[in-house]
Amino acid sequence: MSVLLDRHTRVICQGFTGKQGSFHSEQMIAYGTSFVAGVTPGKGGQTHLNRPVFNAVADAVEQEGAEATVIFVPPRFAADAIVEAAVAGIKLVCCITEGIPVQDMLRVKQQIADIDCTLIGPNCPGIITPGEAKIGIMPGHIHLPGRVGVISRSGTLTYEAVAQLTSTGLGQSTCIGMGGDPIHGMDFIDALKLFEADDQTEGVVMIGEIGGADEENAAEYIRDHISKPVVAFIAGATAPKGKRMGHAGAIISGGKGTAEAKFMALESAGVAIEHNPTLLGQRMHELLK
Amino acid sequence: MNIHEYQAKALLAEFDVPVPKGELALSVSDAVTAAKALGGDVWVVKAQIHAGGRGKAGGVRLCRSLDEVETAAKALLGSILVTAQTGEAGKQVNRLYIEEGLDIASEFYLSLLVDRENESIAFVVSPDGGMDIEKVAADTPDRILTVPIAADEVSVQESSSMAAILGLSDDQVDEFHQLACQLHHMFRQTDGALLELNPLMLTRAGKLVALDAKFVVDDNAIYRQEAVAELRDLNEEDPREIEASQFGLNYIALDGHIGCMVNGAGLAMATMDIIQLKGDRPANFLDVGGGVTVDAVCEAFKLLFSDDHVKAVLVNIFGGIVRCDIIANGLIEAIKTHPMRVPVVMRLVGTNEEEGRAIVKDARLDVRWADDLDQAAEFAVAASRGVVQ
Repeated sequence: MSVLLDRHTRVICQGFTGKQGSFHSEQMIAYGTSFVAGVTPGKGGQTHLNRPVFNAVADAVEQEGAEATVIFVPPRFAADAIVEAAVAGIKLVCCITEGIPVQDMLRVKQQIADIDCTLIGPNCPGIITPGEAKIGIMPGHIHLPGRVGVISRSGTLTYEAVAQLTSTGLGQSTCIGMGGDPIHGMDFIDALKLFEADDQTEGVVMIGEIGGADEENAAEYIRDHISKPVVAFIAGATAPKGKRMGHAGAIISGGKGTAEAKFMALESAGVAIEHNPTLLGQRMHELLK
Repeated sequence: MNIHEYQAKALLAEFDVPVPKGELALSVSDAVTAAKALGGDVWVVKAQIHAGGRGKAGGVRLCRSLDEVETAAKALLGSILVTAQTGEAGKQVNRLYIEEGLDIASEFYLSLLVDRENESIAFVVSPDGGMDIEKVAADTPDRILTVPIAADEVSVQESSSMAAILGLSDDQVDEFHQLACQLHHMFRQTDGALLELNPLMLTRAGKLVALDAKFVVDDNAIYRQEAVAELRDLNEEDPREIEASQFGLNYIALDGHIGCMVNGAGLAMATMDIIQLKGDRPANFLDVGGGVTVDAVCEAFKLLFSDDHVKAVLVNIFGGIVRCDIIANGLIEAIKTHPMRVPVVMRLVGTNEEEGRAIVKDARLDVRWADDLDQAAEFAVAASRGVVQ
């Protein structure tokens, strides 16, 4: 099966006619994604990449049955773009944009809280179900349809893990980049839940990094609810304190936030932790033998 | 982005938050003039650097005469202050803030931040003001209270719970609520990432005053915070980090020996981690980002080659948006002015990897190629120790 996305999912792009939007939409179409339309305010009625352009997401939902969107809108407009998509009835919103003010994201999370919609990102590579469809910016050719789900806070580090899973022949069911921003949509637990219920997924690779408590929360969830093997790496064991997160940020999570604490929490929950980021595929291969 | 204490206090004053009277001084005579103008008979001379722990390091001096102000200013201006947060190198003091001395009855800790767990703005308060709050959190977590603000404004109930742990009397709760509302309003209006008052002081006259102030603005929101952006003090930042940021590079100087060039923040951290796993330490964090150009890559290589601490360079590129040929061309450009004075280990995979390798090989550059990240880290560690494998 795979999760959230397959070849039938009807995808649109917000920020369709811009440089980034155009380049990556072309790549998504080439990968086989059901890419039905694009949205750029003021350019409704035009055609771009042989797809219709609409002024608003609601028009794309109504006329093309859009179900998922990928957002390449510049940071200052991206928060509103997310809300517009959710309100228009899009079920899967994937925001690639990097640099959205954090207080804008607080507002977005409040506004979409009661809407039935999954947000991935922002500041993320997107989601791919290998051999079926991709929504985002990841290089498609490194993926292989297969048995392992991937959930990650990083972009290129995810590609690293994906390449390892491909070279061991395990492949991937679905790969989700949840993004590097402090306030974001889907988290590890949301993804783990989906992977646990998915027949195609036999194990999960999770890639975290310093800051926040998403990994610690995931560890608690894994202990009680996940039966499939999980391999985890946390980036930033050597990162200097205070450069990426303020002191007060470390307090609020009660001493949580360092790579060491995250590794420990995951290990005590029965996760196969791996300190070497180049051995994730091999480790999963051993666990699934 | 950080700003100085005196700038944060000016911002607080704009939002009607009580702060002590004070004046900026850039010279010793300025300092004495400022103290005279402030009046009174007690002053505090405070070194203005972007780091905490100034008090313990001798950067905050209580003076009981104008002579003492002069002596303190002489001692501090131009000196290097080493605090728990500056690192061994310390920071040079170029600005002083001269403040009126106030009678302190109690000192509290108060901060506002973006609470990731609750996805809201939150207050953190503690009755143990003026202390290292991380230590308080570790030793006596029951003396810290986190209050996520649920609505657009602070409620009376939220203020009351904070006032209770601070041990404020009933007639001070109203004043505290007003202060909490002003701070919260300021935090929203100025796109704060962190606002820390350590300490927040209660004077003997029963007034709440921000005795110290630290403010960090959300870098992503600087485009709409022009007034705050103008407060940036480039002297407080690592010159290499400033140079890098002008080319859209995300660079952080560290104290190891292996210079790193990587695309993506997560992969850049993982590259640092694996260097340590192999027994050495990274000289820097460097994420070239997604939209990198030949010029920016060239600049990145120059930064690495001109850093005396760097004994070897590790290039780790997993090309997605980033094309390997751009990285290769950046290296060719850089060595025109900055010769490759240390061994370079390259791992180039992904978009246009063949082109990238060909460019480097055609230029007959003496780089060591690695098949994967593990091998690249091993080669780099060996190279930095002068070992030829």
